[in-house]
Amino acid sequence: MSGDATSASATPLDASGGGGSARDIGRRLLITLGPIVVSLVLAGCVLLVLGINPLAYYGYVVDRGLLSPLGLQQTLTRMAPLLFLAAGLIVAFRAGMWNLGGDGQFLLGAVTAAASAPLLVQVLPGWLTLVAAFVIATVVAMIWSLIPALLRAYQGVNEIITTLMMSFLGVSLANVLVKLVFLDPATTVPQTRTLPVEDRLPRLFETTVTSGLLFGLVTIIAVHLMMTRTAFGLKLRVVGANPRAAVHAGLNVPLLTVTVFALSAGLIGMGGAVDIVGIQGNVRADWNPAYGLAVIPVVFLARMNGFAAIGFVFLLSVLSIGGESAARRLGVPQNFTMVLVSIVLITLAVAEYLDHRFNQARRA
Amino acid sequence: MPGMQTTTKPPEMRQAIVTLDGVTKRFPGIIANDRVDLVIRAGEVHVLLGENGAGKSTLIGMLSGLQQPDEGRILIDGKAMPIRSPSHALSLGIGTVFQHNMLVPSLTVAENLALGGKWWQKPRLGELAARVDEIARPLGININLDAVVSDLSLGEQQQVEIVRALLRNSRLLILDEATSMLTPQGIAELGALMRRLVERGLAVVFITHKLGEAAEFGDRVSVLKLGRKVGEIGPDRLRSLEHDELVDEIVSKMFGRNAGDGAISIPDRPANDEALLAVRDLRVLPGKDTSGLEAISFMVGRGEILGVAGIDGNGQKQLAEALAGQRRTDGGSVTLAGRSLDGLDVGKRRELGLRYLTDDRLGEGTVGTFPVSINYFLKQIGEPPFWRSGIEHSREINTHARDLTRQFDVRTPSLSTPVGRLSGGNIQKVLIARELAEGARAVIFNKPTYGLDLANTQATRQRIRDVAGQGLAVLLISTDLEELLSMCHRIAVMSQGRLVGTIANGAGAGERVGRLMIGLAA
Ligand SMILES: Nc1ncnc2c1ncn2[C@@H]1O[C@H](COP(=O)(O)OP(=O)(O)OP(=O)(O)O)[C@@H](O)[C@H]1O
Ligand SMILES: [Mg+2]
Repeated sequence: MSGDATSASATPLDASGGGGSARDIGRRLLITLGPIVVSLVLAGCVLLVLGINPLAYYGYVVDRGLLSPLGLQQTLTRMAPLLFLAAGLIVAFRAGMWNLGGDGQFLLGAVTAAASAPLLVQVLPGWLTLVAAFVIATVVAMIWSLIPALLRAYQGVNEIITTLMMSFLGVSLANVLVKLVFLDPATTVPQTRTLPVEDRLPRLFETTVTSGLLFGLVTIIAVHLMMTRTAFGLKLRVVGANPRAAVHAGLNVPLLTVTVFALSAGLIGMGGAVDIVGIQGNVRADWNPAYGLAVIPVVFLARMNGFAAIGFVFLLSVLSIGGESAARRLGVPQNFTMVLVSIVLITLAVAEYLDHRFNQARRA
Repeated sequence: MPGMQTTTKPPEMRQAIVTLDGVTKRFPGIIANDRVDLVIRAGEVHVLLGENGAGKSTLIGMLSGLQQPDEGRILIDGKAMPIRSPSHALSLGIGTVFQHNMLVPSLTVAENLALGGKWWQKPRLGELAARVDEIARPLGININLDAVVSDLSLGEQQQVEIVRALLRNSRLLILDEATSMLTPQGIAELGALMRRLVERGLAVVFITHKLGEAAEFGDRVSVLKLGRKVGEIGPDRLRSLEHDELVDEIVSKMFGRNAGDGAISIPDRPANDEALLAVRDLRVLPGKDTSGLEAISFMVGRGEILGVAGIDGNGQKQLAEALAGQRRTDGGSVTLAGRSLDGLDVGKRRELGLRYLTDDRLGEGTVGTFPVSINYFLKQIGEPPFWRSGIEHSREINTHARDLTRQFDVRTPSLSTPVGRLSGGNIQKVLIARELAEGARAVIFNKPTYGLDLANTQATRQRIRDVAGQGLAVLLISTDLEELLSMCHRIAVMSQGRLVGTIANGAGAGERVGRLMIGLAA
């Protein structure tokens, strides 16, 4: 505790300090979980309008995403790429840089990994192929972030717009590459060559869960520690919290900016690689899971905290795996998962605002 | 209108506009205001004094609706009235100039002044210009309505805020350290203005750390100490006391002792007094609304304090930033101990021993949401012993931070308190502690004592003398002529981006600097 470090002359300490912080945590939980419940109700109303029994839908989602063994394994597998994406976004957002180009970076990483791995595996040992695929995906995604990074670093161009634009371009480019360049000549549907199952990332124990999950967990925890415990992470947070203070303190802000973009995009590109060499095996034309957009709200919900993000990524995976099953079974559009996530985000913001008002009113 | 009569009534009969009744405000780990009773009367300039962290700004925060008291009541015209929000305070006739500026940096001055009008009405800028002119002219304030706020110096921003508070026809005007960046003339004008306002039946609450101003402008003085009100001096007594007696009485109330020596003392120059910091023909082209620098040349020797006087906004900030490497220059050269600094960035210049104490403590000096401990070392991120192989060593950081906190008397509930929560003067102490760390060769102080109370001002001035005594070169930028005269070897005067003259400190120096500042020959 540093509480006793005060200069001797400070006013007497307020004795209620400890109790207050326990109450604080309770309040935090309430304003995080309360809105999620409210959102479930609101989304339920939407389902009712669509003529679907919300209880049946939620029951199905929970069952398929969480309770059934196969569903749970799918959920855990889905977490692997999402964790990489969350890690990449945490780096950028904490440094105050809004990299919204995750989808383009992810897809280009995925496509290049998918194009190279099946070829490399014919000449390289299995493990080296996987490493090479990761490196290629990372580097390609980094390159794709270079233009927004340089524009922001040296010209002050707002990265929100440039990353979004590069993302559109990236998604299209990935598609074009699949259809024209990396086409698997052996099939009639436009898709890349397929990495044989035995050459993919090993599965965990006797399950279908990919070991990419472990890589994802390690990565996001490492990123969290980097941001909170290292000098480099602190520099990034200074840039994010007060860019003028960063300049004043002598930090090389342009260089840090480019580094942040490279790290962020690189991690997202790795997410693409893990999805291919761990799960999908190939990329079909027009494939775009749009994970990037789904993970952004998750990172905000977690307040850019790596550990909290793991929890929320799990929740998102349950929703999306369960939601996909429910979509097939109950005819609810698959996008409904995103509707649900957005409703959660909006109610959360409202809760934050109400909490603020309530605090003021209580004092008045 | 209560208007004219109020001033002629005996002081205790004057109408109370705002009454604080047992007001208490707690923050985690600290009681910022402890059962404070205060009556603010029409027709009075009520001076609020107290050391750094005594709770003055907190009290103002409650009067202006930023914060709500935990206990006690606020009465307006004798009726209990919770002040719910800043706009509510404005509608009750309470206008405030806060200690740290509250203007929107990306908007123009005119837009800032028009803010807070009804959102469905188009601001009438023509009318505004006339009103501003009416208010600003007698104050000697020159306001460029079209300038973007972020281009203005802090002193200019403060002037805009004063005008903004006056635009609203407030009944109660609160000035929280509004004179900290004004020149002596500006302060005198503001004093005259306050006098005129109270003669019209308004009330003024005036917070300052300069006791001379308190004695000169105040009708009533209240003193806060550690959140409690420890004394009040009414108008009759105030008038009956001699200036010096009064200051002594206030000081003993504030600090519980005598103030110590604030006298003039110019440190001796060391035997080896060769030039350390040399600037030749430094040029910065002027921006749209900002002053540039033109052909600035000077030298500061080992152990020398060179003062830079001038009205705020005449290029002092540009000069400091150009030297520190934060601003691009368009010509000229800077050398430190024989090494050229040209083309080096902020970090490199710091490594070579150049330190810069900024005057913008919240804007660029600190990261408000980060703990006090980290803010001490913001310019040393990654350096041992605080970071080893890039890993943060919290123990090391906390030990050193605790030392600095004690040494510089920073009043904070804990080292992990976000620095933005400290009182203005205590944030300033964090900045000073940081710049005086080891390895310095030359230090640029930009308004080092701004916002510090009397005791800390004197301690800081002594520290600056000590810094020079150790053989460092000191460039001291200040709008406070008295401060410059109390410690500088030479004083350069800056006007419109040029150095218009340099004067050796000594008998009559004050007058000569004053003449240079208003454009006469020394
Ligand atoms: N928002 C806040 N959260 C926590 N503590 C606060 C907050 N605002 C003020 N304090 C604490 O309350 C005390 C009084 O601060 P205040 O700003 O009122 O002092 P002040 O008299 O204005 O001092 P100064 O002359 O330095 O401006 C300080 O110890 C400060 O740390
Ligand atoms: Mg204050």
